[in-house]
Amino acid sequence: MKKRIKALGALALGAVILTASSINVSARERSYTYNYDYWGDVQDSPDFYTVTKVYPAEAFGLEDNFVTPQGLFVKDDMVYICDTGNNRIVQLKRTGTEQFEVERIFGSIQGDVEVKDLSQPTDIAVSEEGDIFICDQGNARILKLDSDLNYLLQFDLPVDSTVSADSTFKPSKLVVDTAGRVYCIATSINQGLCKYEADGTFSGFVGATPVTYDLVDYLWKKFATQEQRQRMASFVPTAYDNIYMDQEGFIYACAGGQEEEDLDSGAADAVRKLNLMGTDILVQNGEYPTYGDLYWGEGGGYEGPSYFTDVTVLDNDIYVCLDKNRGRLFGYDDQGKTVFCFGGNGNMDGFFRQPAAIEHMDHDLLVLDSLDCSITLFTPTEFGELVYDAIEQFDEGDYEVSGESWQKVMDLDGNYDLAYIGIGRSLLRQEKYKEAMDYFELKYDDENYSKAYKQYRKEWVEDHIVVIVIVVLAIFLIPLSIGKVKSIKHEIDIADIFRF
Amino acid sequence: MIAALNNKIDFQRYLGSLKFALYCITHPLDGFWDLTHEKRGTYAAANTILFLTLLIRVLKLRYTSFIFITVYWEDINIFLYIASVLFPLAMFVIGNWGLTTLFDGKARLGQVYMASCYALTPYPLMQFPLMIFSNFVTVDEAEFYSVLSALSLVWAALLFIAAMGQIHEFGMAKNILFMVASLFAMLVIVFILLLFFGMISQGVAYFISLAKEIMFRL
Repeated sequence: MKKRIKALGALALGAVILTASSINVSARERSYTYNYDYWGDVQDSPDFYTVTKVYPAEAFGLEDNFVTPQGLFVKDDMVYICDTGNNRIVQLKRTGTEQFEVERIFGSIQGDVEVKDLSQPTDIAVSEEGDIFICDQGNARILKLDSDLNYLLQFDLPVDSTVSADSTFKPSKLVVDTAGRVYCIATSINQGLCKYEADGTFSGFVGATPVTYDLVDYLWKKFATQEQRQRMASFVPTAYDNIYMDQEGFIYACAGGQEEEDLDSGAADAVRKLNLMGTDILVQNGEYPTYGDLYWGEGGGYEGPSYFTDVTVLDNDIYVCLDKNRGRLFGYDDQGKTVFCFGGNGNMDGFFRQPAAIEHMDHDLLVLDSLDCSITLFTPTEFGELVYDAIEQFDEGDYEVSGESWQKVMDLDGNYDLAYIGIGRSLLRQEKYKEAMDYFELKYDDENYSKAYKQYRKEWVEDHIVVIVIVVLAIFLIPLSIGKVKSIKHEIDIADIFRF
Repeated sequence: MIAALNNKIDFQRYLGSLKFALYCITHPLDGFWDLTHEKRGTYAAANTILFLTLLIRVLKLRYTSFIFITVYWEDINIFLYIASVLFPLAMFVIGNWGLTTLFDGKARLGQVYMASCYALTPYPLMQFPLMIFSNFVTVDEAEFYSVLSALSLVWAALLFIAAMGQIHEFGMAKNILFMVASLFAMLVIVFILLLFFGMISQGVAYFISLAKEIMFRL
């Protein structure tokens, strides 16, 4: 086994060297894609995604370049880009693996409404029926349009006792559910997501992040005077940065800029999965919380935890978070285990200057860079596709096939923990408990190991029940019979009839 | 050791004193009194118990199920790992003896060491079966292991307290006081050691730099 792993290690090393040389970057300490193992050590990994192409505005045949684009939305083969600085929205249609064609560009709407021009649109969403929802931030409204851009409805500042009526409404991000309800994040509103019913009425806040504060601040506040207290920072929930609605209707919300201590202690989450009640139901079964990079030391001018600025959820429940701080992408599976980490800040393809939004088209990823004013299209490599295949096959119940796919993944990268656990889970489903245990033990997966071991133990006991009964009986009977024999012998020894 | 094995009477005495450890852990007050006052304990047995403790502690790393202990082998230094038991033990023995000898403690340095080693008995005695047992449980049954494992440590700690009281002929209150004082004595020893090594390295560095300077000038 050991030899085999060594061979695999060599293979993985070979793969890393190959990818590193093909990207042709000198003196890089770490491969472009990496992963965290059980110990939290960085393990180089074959590339999970490669850049297919980087698209500036010219690539789509647009005359004027994007200016600080903020929002990105994908529906089927349509891509919507909120070109915030130019007050317009660009709708593209994907016509080939690398080709996008401009479907339409619009900066104004039609219909019975006073202000027809868009002003700094920050996000867009399209409902199942084809209605378009736009965060028209400059005009302090959320617009609901039909597919031909006719005005239908608008959503205004929430009417609530906690929101001052004369404050400006600055919606920044929104999602729409299947029933046409709108959830939006608005700047300076931190009570959670603003929820609007389909008819435009505000119906409350959902899913505020738990308030975190440290004890010292709390005690200070207790003893402070009224004036002092007003000057201190108040304990308020962190506002979300972005939201995404997955295919099942759960909202993934990410909140960057959390305090390091809060992330460490688990008081704050970088990304949350909200159900209808607004409670966090994200599964965190990984060895480490889903907050991106594990090491926050200073390096290359960047320090502090990852700042998740957007999240997207693939159809196989893998969610990808976009880190604005170090320009990286982090993929997590439905158990909260790290699937991949890659990226960085820089000017090369596959690196970012100020990533703002992420979306996915099937397995492909689109990342919008608001400073570079471009969109980067990532496509999974053979390695990435294999991992996705394995996960999807397992979800569909093809456990045997999934195990084979994971085996192929392992052949490409022997340091990939998920592959071992994947093979183990596949073996477990095939009732090969002993082999499954070996795989789980290699990657310290005690939960799954225990599941396999429980079955293995049960099987073993059932197979050896006769031996067990005999051994148990022997343990009791042999000392008992020895004692009996001895006492009989003793009685014989002291018996009168043998006395002379 | 081999000579002792050859000498049958000594060997019998060794076995007897080793067996006496089992009496000590079940009857601590009586046992530890007899250990020194009736000369029922031997250094050979004490060394054996200490050796077994260290051995089990190292074996545990490898043979306990990974459900309980996951070992980052790259960071394991076996000598440091062994020293992590031996060093505090040595400090405790010296610190305890140093203090109690000033305050009517009856035990000699060697006897403090012997009693300390005897008090360790529950550790190898319980941890070895637990180590084997750990490989036959699932995470749901992990509590059994954790509780028993903690129990062995608590048992050993209680034995330590009982042993010190008996060999020094201290009452309960005085005994507890001197156990706590021994911990402080350990801190003082660490402090002095740090100081000592700091000074020595400074001194050595001085002469090295002096030699370098001379060589540079020549």
